[in-house]
Amino acid sequence: MTYTFIVLTFVTSSLALDLFVTRIRLVTRRAFWTSYAIILPFQLLTNWWLTSRNIVMYRGGAIIGWRIASAPVEDLIFGFALILGVLTLWVKLGKRG
Amino acid sequence: MRWGYVAMLTFTVVGSFWLEVVLKVRVLQRIARALKSILPVAIAFLVWDAWAVHHHDWYFDIKQILGIYGPFRIPLEEYLFFLVVPLAAIMTLEAVRKVKPQWMIGDEK
Repeated sequence: MTYTFIVLTFVTSSLALDLFVTRIRLVTRRAFWTSYAIILPFQLLTNWWLTSRNIVMYRGGAIIGWRIASAPVEDLIFGFALILGVLTLWVKLGKRG
Repeated sequence: MRWGYVAMLTFTVVGSFWLEVVLKVRVLQRIARALKSILPVAIAFLVWDAWAVHHHDWYFDIKQILGIYGPFRIPLEEYLFFLVVPLAAIMTLEAVRKVKPQWMIGDEK
């Protein structure tokens, strides 16, 4: 379950970056969750494409084994961590000028 | 088909870049700010990607990727993923801002 543990570390880091390091607090904003709600179906669709066609495959021991739309649940958390991290920095840089 | 992963990236670009034209989200005009937001996060994830590829936590069907590899045996498509997907996310956030300007995001002047 290395993928499981590492992805949890990354999502925690993104949350810490948003809430405590930059104090942007995107996760408390309606605009962020609306954006994520728009992104989520596309994420599920692209995850499904990559995994159901076996474009990307996973070692059984690396994942917990729960799947959503054919993709490991870890993929969903990974996408969230990536998006939250980038959007936090985007807003942070916008604040500066 | 060798274009399996590229098809997903193309879909993401087509699905998001129209926001530049229709909603004038102006993310590409602010590409320096976008790259400064994307690079630190993308590098952290690519370090993990390199590790995971090395340890076979995940692997790619060589018949469905272009077969061009960057550093650390990571397929070209993976590098493009970490550019295309974050750009799409930024464009989405900016599109929401365009439609709902009264919703504060945190960088308002």
